[in-house]
Amino acid sequence: MTATAISLVDVTKAYNGRTVVDRFSFFVKAGECFGLLGPNGAGKSTITRMVLGMTPPDVGKITVLGAPVPAQARLARAGIGVVPQFDDLDQEFTVRENLLVFGRYFNMSTRQIEAVIPSLLEFARLEGKADARAAELSGGMRRRLMLARALINDPQLLILDEPTTGLDPHARHLIWERLRSLLGRGKTILLTTHFMEEAERLCDRLCVLEEGRKIAEGRPQALIDEQIGCQVIEVSGGNPYELQALMNGCAQRIEVSGETLFCYSSTPDQVRLQLRELSDLRLLQRPPNLEDVFLRLTGREMKD
Amino acid sequence: MWESYVAVLPANWLNWTAVWRRNYIAWKKAALVSILGSLGDPMIYLFGLGTGLSVMVGRVEGMSYIAFLATGMVATSAMTASTFETIYAAFARMRDQRSWQAILYTQLTLGDIVIGELVWAATKALLAGTAIATVAAILGYAVWSSILYVVPVIALTGIAFASLAMIVAAIAPNYEYFIFYQTLILTPMLFLSGAVFPVTQLPANVQQVVAFLPLAHSIDLVRPAMFGRPVADVMFHLGVLVLFGVMPFFISTALLRRRLMS
Repeated sequence: MTATAISLVDVTKAYNGRTVVDRFSFFVKAGECFGLLGPNGAGKSTITRMVLGMTPPDVGKITVLGAPVPAQARLARAGIGVVPQFDDLDQEFTVRENLLVFGRYFNMSTRQIEAVIPSLLEFARLEGKADARAAELSGGMRRRLMLARALINDPQLLILDEPTTGLDPHARHLIWERLRSLLGRGKTILLTTHFMEEAERLCDRLCVLEEGRKIAEGRPQALIDEQIGCQVIEVSGGNPYELQALMNGCAQRIEVSGETLFCYSSTPDQVRLQLRELSDLRLLQRPPNLEDVFLRLTGREMKD
Repeated sequence: MWESYVAVLPANWLNWTAVWRRNYIAWKKAALVSILGSLGDPMIYLFGLGTGLSVMVGRVEGMSYIAFLATGMVATSAMTASTFETIYAAFARMRDQRSWQAILYTQLTLGDIVIGELVWAATKALLAGTAIATVAAILGYAVWSSILYVVPVIALTGIAFASLAMIVAAIAPNYEYFIFYQTLILTPMLFLSGAVFPVTQLPANVQQVVAFLPLAHSIDLVRPAMFGRPVADVMFHLGVLVLFGVMPFFISTALLRRRLMS
């Protein structure tokens, strides 16, 4: 097993003269969960496609599981499982057939595949659904089937593109729990998401992307401490620009996004005191998160 | 550039079977409808045109018109079955269902997928063509023993037309585009290749074009065989069909790489 699962060095990719990924470098250590975090269009999907050898970079060097990509991408893919963003299951096939067909794409014999199906179904909590058609499953179940399918070749590296987008909270938590159990088994995960909570919960390290460029990289908590490092009070219900003037004295920094004012302060009590006189305001005091980091770095909210 | 093209070519001789087997599982679920669908059209032509026209036409090249038409329909049904499987079903798997995208994340290459789809389309051509040849034999329009000889020709015809259709699928932005291929290429080919009337009826300069039409070569192999007559230039006709199967494969794979993997 190589200590570095993925490395990208100075990778650039342009489509029709528009640079989508700009001199981008990162590496993922074996056994860690690395997140690519950014809004839609930041270049996350293009990066994962390049890692898989689906798209050749214009410039730069990519190595995945010790194999140069795209030249020997097929070799690398033997040890990779992919959960794509969009549902590409065979809808008319049963759960079992979906797994069977996919195992064959890895040159597994029917017997080998039949042998691993029960444990995959158990892992994906789909034990009773083996003979249900994919189209009959709920969104959460389909995503878990895609996760089971990605594990059919017992990969050491998993690449997950927006794994919980469009799922309800319950289904989302189940996926996160399953992914943590995979990390516990020593798998390496590369995750793309525009979902802050997901990144904070799962990623050992992450990098924040904007318009194809890396704008920050590190451990989630370290990034938050380094970029924000104090409490946040969200104020809504008033004119944010008038409020801004009121609070200038007691806040390190103030950002306005839409109708909400984000007040970063290590003395939140003073902020509350300042605003006590004003009625109709809604205040929410909370610890800082990655959303704040993104807002700080780009001046924009990540939510699309 | 060249290196990355080689990387998408078939990884080995057998990978394509995984794609074929996937399509077979899907087909099995609606086999009856599919068989009726691929047989209905040529049968209707055969009996509609054959019984109606044979009254007026009499004998063609020493055989009844319906027998002449039946032998043409064997090759034509192989052409349409494999073409339609490729431009509609395989195109849907490539674009709408994202099946190909899922396969590309595995140990299979784009070339493996394309070959799997071509052989699958040829399999459907084989079903349609063989069924019509069997009906023709039952009705006494063909020699029973000829079916054994005709089967590989039908399969090869299926590969050749699937391979051509794959180029069309690779460049087509949407389904509407396939109408052009059908009306501008396939339908004229049907009339120019001797499927419904002898090629000798065509003007001399048009006859020269016929030599470039794969369907004509397929019919030249199928028709005399089905009547128990000696077949002329077997290796030449087979060679042309093989060429139509192989050359477009490399072109369509290159085009599909540009479409799916740029």
